[in-house]
Amino acid sequence: MKKSILLAVDGSSGGGKALRHVLNTIDAETVKIVLAYVIEWSPYTFNTPEENAERHKRRESEISRAKAGVVAPAKAELEAKGFNVSAVVRHGPPAETLINLAHEHKVAEITIGRRGQSGIKSLLFGSVAGSLMQTSYIPVTVVP
Amino acid sequence: MKSTNHPAVRRATRARYAITAALAAAFSALLVLPTQAAGIDETINSITAPAAVWFGRVVFFRIPIFGANLPLVVLWLIAGAVYFTWYMRFVNLRGFRHAIELARGDYADPKSAGEVSHFQALATAVSGTVGIGNIGGVAVAVTVGGPGATFWLILAGFLGMSTKFVECTLGVKYRNENPDGSVSGGPMYYLRKGFDDRGMTQFGKYIGGFYAIGIFVGALGIGNMFQSNQAYVQLNHVAGGALDGLGWLVGLILAGVVFSFIVGGIKSIAKVTEKVVPFMAVFYCVFAIIVILLNYASIPAAIGNIFTGAFTGEGVAGGALGAMIIGFQRAVFSNEAGIGSASIAHSAVRTDEPVTEGYVSLLEPFIDTIVICTITALVIGTSQVAQPGFAGDATGVAMTSLAFERQFSWFPYPLALAAVLFAFSTMIAWSYYGLKGWSYLFGESPRMQTTYKVIFCAFVALGCMVQLGPLLDISDAFVFLICVPNILGLYFLAPIVKAEMDDYTRRLNSGEIKRFKNA
Repeated sequence: MKKSILLAVDGSSGGGKALRHVLNTIDAETVKIVLAYVIEWSPYTFNTPEENAERHKRRESEISRAKAGVVAPAKAELEAKGFNVSAVVRHGPPAETLINLAHEHKVAEITIGRRGQSGIKSLLFGSVAGSLMQTSYIPVTVVP
Repeated sequence: MKSTNHPAVRRATRARYAITAALAAAFSALLVLPTQAAGIDETINSITAPAAVWFGRVVFFRIPIFGANLPLVVLWLIAGAVYFTWYMRFVNLRGFRHAIELARGDYADPKSAGEVSHFQALATAVSGTVGIGNIGGVAVAVTVGGPGATFWLILAGFLGMSTKFVECTLGVKYRNENPDGSVSGGPMYYLRKGFDDRGMTQFGKYIGGFYAIGIFVGALGIGNMFQSNQAYVQLNHVAGGALDGLGWLVGLILAGVVFSFIVGGIKSIAKVTEKVVPFMAVFYCVFAIIVILLNYASIPAAIGNIFTGAFTGEGVAGGALGAMIIGFQRAVFSNEAGIGSASIAHSAVRTDEPVTEGYVSLLEPFIDTIVICTITALVIGTSQVAQPGFAGDATGVAMTSLAFERQFSWFPYPLALAAVLFAFSTMIAWSYYGLKGWSYLFGESPRMQTTYKVIFCAFVALGCMVQLGPLLDISDAFVFLICVPNILGLYFLAPIVKAEMDDYTRRLNSGEIKRFKNA
C-alpha cells in the first residue's frame, strides 16, 4: 500500500510553495495525496440573527469558491504529474482540523507552507504551521 | 466585491438611493419636530391613549385573589410552564447536562462544521433576551414585590426552561427553508404547519397570521422604542441631565446607526456589538459578584430575606401572593419563555435533530433569569441589608446603578455604556423577529423587507422623542397577547415534541447518536 501525505493548501503563496515542493520532490509512484483546504471558522462566535439565517448559503459558497479557485487547479496539477489525489474542504480551526483530517485519512505525514509572518503578527494571531508542529502526532513538513 | 454592472445590481442600487432620499426627507421632517414635540406628543397620546387603555385592560385583565391582582395572561404563562415541566418529565433538570454538552459541540459532526452551531444559535437568542430588563427590571421587582419576589423569579425561570424547550424544538422542526438556502422559522410557522399536521389547517393559518402581526407590533415597541428610550434615559442620567430635551438628537443618531446596519448593510457596527455585548454581560456579572462579596456581611441576611419574603410577603401588597405574581411577571418579561420570540433565532441552527436545539434553548432562561437576574437581585438585596434605604426614591436601572456606586463610584459610566449596547443588540435581534413576522405576512421580496426596515428605523427615533406610555402599552399588550395563541399551540403540539424527545433519548442512550468530542 502506498503511504499518504496530507497536503494543506489555502490559496496563499505558502500553500502554493507546499504544492511546488510536493510536485518537485516527491515521486508520484510512491505516495497518495490528500489535498486539504481548511476554511477558518469557529463554532463559538457571536453572530447577528441575520448572519445565522444566511449561514448555510454562505457556507456553500465558501466551499464552492475554495473548490473552484484553489483545490481543483491544485488537484489538476498533481494529477497531471501522475499523483493519486483525493480532495477535501472543511470548516474549522485550521491546525486542529488538519490533524483531525490526517487522522481520518490515515496519512503518514503532513506537508504545509509557511506564511512567513513577522514576529509580532504570529505572536498575535499564531501560526498554523507552528501550532501544527506543536500538536501533530505525525511528522510535519513545513515548506518555507 | 461583486460586479456593479449587472442590471439587477444597478436596479437595487437605484432603489437604495431612492429609499435613502425618502428617508433623508423623513428625517429632516423629524428635525423640525422638536419645536413642535410637545404638540406631537399630545396628538399621538390623544389618539392612542384610549385604545391603549382599553387594549391593555383586556390583555392584562386582572383577577383579584386574596387581595392581590393576578393578570390572567401571567397565569396562562405559568400554567403552561408548569404543565410542560411535568409533561416533559422535568426536562429542565434532566436535560441540563446534555444541553451543555450540545452547546459545547460534543455531538457536532466535524463534516458539517461551518453551519450555524448550537452555541451560535444560543448566543444570538441570549443577546436578544439579555437586556435592560436584567439590570432595571429586577430592581422594579424587588421594589414592588420585596426581596421575596426574587425567589419566585428564580422558580419562574426554572419552569420557563421547559416552555423554551418545547417552542424551540418546534421552531426548528417546522421552519421554512427558502429556495435561496436561508431559513425562516418561528411560532408563525410552527403554528400554521403544526395545526395543519393535526388536521386543523384553517385554524393554524389564522393563528399563525395573528402571531405574525403580534410579533411585528411587538418588535416596534418593546424590541425598539422601549430600548431606544431606555438607552436615552440612561445616557441622560449619566450626563447629569445635559441631554434634557435632546431626545430627538439621540433618537436620530440611534436611528441612523440602526439604519446603516439593517438597511445600508453596514454590518461592522452590529458585528462589533455582537462581540462586545457578551463581554459586557460577563463584565457586569463579575462586578456584580465583587459587589456581593464586598457586602459579604449582609449575604446571609439577604438570602434569608429572599426565602422568608417569598412565603410571608412582609410589607408587600397582596402578601406572599403579591410577591409571587411580581416575581413571575418579571421573569416572563425578561426571558420571554412562552412568547415564542426566541424560537425565531433558535430555528437558524442546522441540525437533523430538532430536539437538540430544544435542549440547548433550556440554557437561555437559565442564563438570563436564574444567573443574571439573581445576581442583580443579590446586589440590591445585600446593599439594602447593609444600608437600608440606600437608593432613596430611585427605582429601575437607577436603583441598580446606586447599589453598584456604593462600592465603585465610577460604575454608572460603564453601566450606561452597557445599557446602550444591550439596547442596541436587543434592537438588532428584534428587528429580525419583526422582519420575520412581516415577511410571513407580506412575502420575502426585497422591496417589502426594505419597507419594514425603514418603518423600524423611524420608530427607533420616535422612541426617544415621544412619551412612551400609551404606545408602549399597546405594544406590550400585543407581545403578551401573542403568548395566548403560542402557548395554545404548544399544548396541541407538545405530544409531537415528546415523541421526538423520547425517540432521541432512546437513540442517545443506545449510542446510536455519536459523540465526536470529550467522549
